[in-house]
Amino acid sequence: MKRVLLGLFLVLLGIVTYAALFVRWPVTRDVPWTAFALFVIALVLMIGGLRNAPRKVWPSIVTAIGVALMAFFTVGVTVFTRNLPASQGSPAIGAKAPDFTLPDTNHKSVTLSQLTASSNVLLIFYRGYW
Amino acid sequence: MQPIAISVDTPEQSRDLCNKAGYTFPILSDGNASVIRQYDLLHKGAGENGHDIARPAEFLVDRNGVVRWRNLTEDFRVRATPEQMLAATRSLH
Repeated sequence: MKRVLLGLFLVLLGIVTYAALFVRWPVTRDVPWTAFALFVIALVLMIGGLRNAPRKVWPSIVTAIGVALMAFFTVGVTVFTRNLPASQGSPAIGAKAPDFTLPDTNHKSVTLSQLTASSNVLLIFYRGYW
Repeated sequence: MQPIAISVDTPEQSRDLCNKAGYTFPILSDGNASVIRQYDLLHKGAGENGHDIARPAEFLVDRNGVVRWRNLTEDFRVRATPEQMLAATRSLH
């Protein structure tokens, strides 16, 4: 049972450290290998612990929870975060970037064409922190 | 090269972000997502409480207002790295 619980702990550790820490750097963010590595160790521990357990009820339940969490995380990073609209109408390379005016953090209007008059501009659209 | 960030956040929310993260480039507020729609980047209902937000995307616009490089990610966790964006900028010169 100890091994099974340690496995569940590693599953949680993998998910929490990814969300709180490893998501910050592209090398650990793009493919969540830190979480997947912990999942592999967790699976080995849980399956080994489950085999050796004299009574299987609780170890089975804990293993099932661990597997469900791993599945949830894996579906999250492979399906949910890829569920983006197609953006076919987005300006392509070689096309004119639609001009616009929007307020900055001081409510001052900023116009794209005024900026491009003096320098190249990198437009970064992001999801926001709401 | 001038970086410009755009989201549906209010100017006040963006100012908090600038203060916390120490960003010095302009962050613009597209509260009703009109520019996000213009660029076909609307991700309907994907924000908090079902608000419409932008899907992540990066465009390099030259001095003639023409798009010279862009990155439309297929996964919102995976965005252009600073190195990719700087490499795209250098290729313009």
